[in-house]
Amino acid sequence: MPQGTFCNTTPIGSEEELKALLGDKGGAQYYEEMKELDVDSDALGALLEKTCQSRIHTWLEICAHCGMCADSCFLYRVNDRDPKQVPAYKIQSTLGELVKKKGKVTNEFMRHCVDVAWSQCTCCNRCGMYCPHGIDMGVMFSYLRGVLNSQGFVPWEMKIGSGMHRVYNAQMDVTTEDWIDTCEWMAEEYEEEWPGLEIPIDKEDADIMYTLNAREPKHYPEDLAEAAILFHLAGENWTVPSVGWEQTSLAMFAGDWAACKMQVESVYKAIERLRPKRVIGTECGHAHRATVIEGPYWAGREDGLPPAPYIHYVEWVAEALRTGKLKIDPEKKIKEPVTLQDSCNYVRNHGLAKATREIMSYIAEDFREMGPKREHNYCCGGGGGFNGIGKYRKERNKALQTKRDQILATGCKLVIAPCHNCWDAIRDLEEEYEIGIRWSFLKPLLIKMVIVPDHLKLPEE
Amino acid sequence: MIAFLTGPMLWVSLLVFFGGLTVRAVMYVRGLNWQLDRVAYKPHMSLGLRGAIHSIRCWLIPGGTYGWRQQPFMATGFFLFHIGAILLPLFLIGHQELLKMAFGFSLPTIPSSVADALTVLAIIGGFMLAIRRIALPEVRILTTAYDWFILGISVAPFVTGFIARLHLGNYDFWLTCHILTGEAVLLLAPFTKLSHIVLFFMSRGQLGMDYNIKRGGAKRETAFPW
Ligand code: SF4
Ligand code: SF4
Ligand code: SF4
Repeated sequence: MPQGTFCNTTPIGSEEELKALLGDKGGAQYYEEMKELDVDSDALGALLEKTCQSRIHTWLEICAHCGMCADSCFLYRVNDRDPKQVPAYKIQSTLGELVKKKGKVTNEFMRHCVDVAWSQCTCCNRCGMYCPHGIDMGVMFSYLRGVLNSQGFVPWEMKIGSGMHRVYNAQMDVTTEDWIDTCEWMAEEYEEEWPGLEIPIDKEDADIMYTLNAREPKHYPEDLAEAAILFHLAGENWTVPSVGWEQTSLAMFAGDWAACKMQVESVYKAIERLRPKRVIGTECGHAHRATVIEGPYWAGREDGLPPAPYIHYVEWVAEALRTGKLKIDPEKKIKEPVTLQDSCNYVRNHGLAKATREIMSYIAEDFREMGPKREHNYCCGGGGGFNGIGKYRKERNKALQTKRDQILATGCKLVIAPCHNCWDAIRDLEEEYEIGIRWSFLKPLLIKMVIVPDHLKLPEE
Repeated sequence: MIAFLTGPMLWVSLLVFFGGLTVRAVMYVRGLNWQLDRVAYKPHMSLGLRGAIHSIRCWLIPGGTYGWRQQPFMATGFFLFHIGAILLPLFLIGHQELLKMAFGFSLPTIPSSVADALTVLAIIGGFMLAIRRIALPEVRILTTAYDWFILGISVAPFVTGFIARLHLGNYDFWLTCHILTGEAVLLLAPFTKLSHIVLFFMSRGQLGMDYNIKRGGAKRETAFPW
């Protein structure tokens, strides 16, 4: 069975392997090798037999082929209602066939499945709400990705992403030293402006342990500083762990379940070590889904809950505004029309639509909803790893049109996106379609608006 | 022939139907796995059951969900067909007489005029579902011969029964056809897509549990807006 140098069934095991794979620009060699990769039908059949149980099996069997799910999928709508993009068709023609043939499929078929799994579904779980039988394609595509991954059929960037988690315990090459340096650097950098500002590392028994997305220390460390400033202003007793601070999971998008488990366990260990009263995650949707919603299952926690109460950043902000820990200067409220991106990963998947609306009621004078909204909102267009896969850039750009049109319909020029992935997608959509919008996380907006308590003010010169 | 079909054969059909579907339901529940499904069923059972009931209830009401409201044609066809498909076999006078003969008890019955109306509506509903399959590209691409067979076999007892009731053509012939197709439905149900008769409740309920236990049910003040 020809296994490629880069494209194979062995997950990334070391930094050297990861660097070598990264060196294959755009995955040129990787995708060539994928064309030759053998399918181990026996292993595939056995895996399906073992893991495709009650619900997925039943879903495949009883799907009434009624097509009611078609209109629920933004990818179907945006691609001129191409029947090949009907959710039920996408899954029946991939996972359905795999199961029917008990894994006896060709390399070509597997590559077709890769295309469908990573470029025709963002696992946004919207279709599940519109199917009378409760068939959730988002769940099935996640499962299919895992099955494909087990055979080495996974997009190049996704293999790198989960490899990062395996090597660095983070989605990017941020080592423990880099991380600690960044915390110290940011605290120093902003200390003058915010006297007493700290980023406490490994403080035990704090009220809050804060976790984040590796892109923050790597690419926009000021986000970490902003989090620190807001905790400081709110008077919180907080900390970050030196190890176990990375909350995201590209491994989840890649379908690399073993890496998912490794990643989430590193966070849970930090919780157990530092015993915070609760944990707060940053403004990220998939990080929340990975560590709070799905993570407990990967880690084998029977109650389905993380080791300590674990909330999303928007829940903390809503609470801080509600209880007056953070006060908004009415003069500085957002005056222009502003809209809000509901991240599927915590709105449809964790019921947080109310928290974000509560925040808007404090900070915006003219908040306008996108339609549809809340649980029914459409994916930004870049979810499930779609944003990051070069091979599917064309399809991703097309997918962005849904959000573009939703935003245009609100008439707003400012979009609040408390999710890294959505933030990226909206940035890219502006780049691609130039509709003249701005986009922002909550933190920088809040810092501009909050009233600084007297005792924290900079001494007058 | 009719005596055989309404005697031993009816017994067998009912046995296969109820027995088979019970087995399917039990197998479904037994096949659930908290870790594979990623739903902590046991520790949050009451939250889960509430979600399950809510989700099932919403989908049983015409217009009760976003899905139904967005597709009125489908919803109409669906409910017309399914209301007939549930009420008629259970409460038709003729069926109750059979029941009385066989088991010595019977359920309440519906007046024949209502039954006739329901039959016609069910046939219209079935016809609407068929039209969708042909007319809409998004349904056409999904439709297989198997789907046509399932639709055909489910509508057949209504059509044949109605023809017999109107005494069009040879009564005995149409009555036999009616009983045969009716029993075919009973016999096939556990082994085909018709198993959705019970698996709808299982799957719908499971997703309701999933949403309520894990996907934020506890974080919402009101239940999930299906
Ligand atoms: S709505 Fe549900 S039952 Fe109908 S085709 Fe889609 S997945 Fe199948
Ligand atoms: S999960 Fe989302 S993207 Fe995937 S098929 Fe369903 S609606 Fe479409
Ligand atoms: S990127 Fe945002 S909108 Fe898209 S699926 Fe993820 S959370 Fe949803």
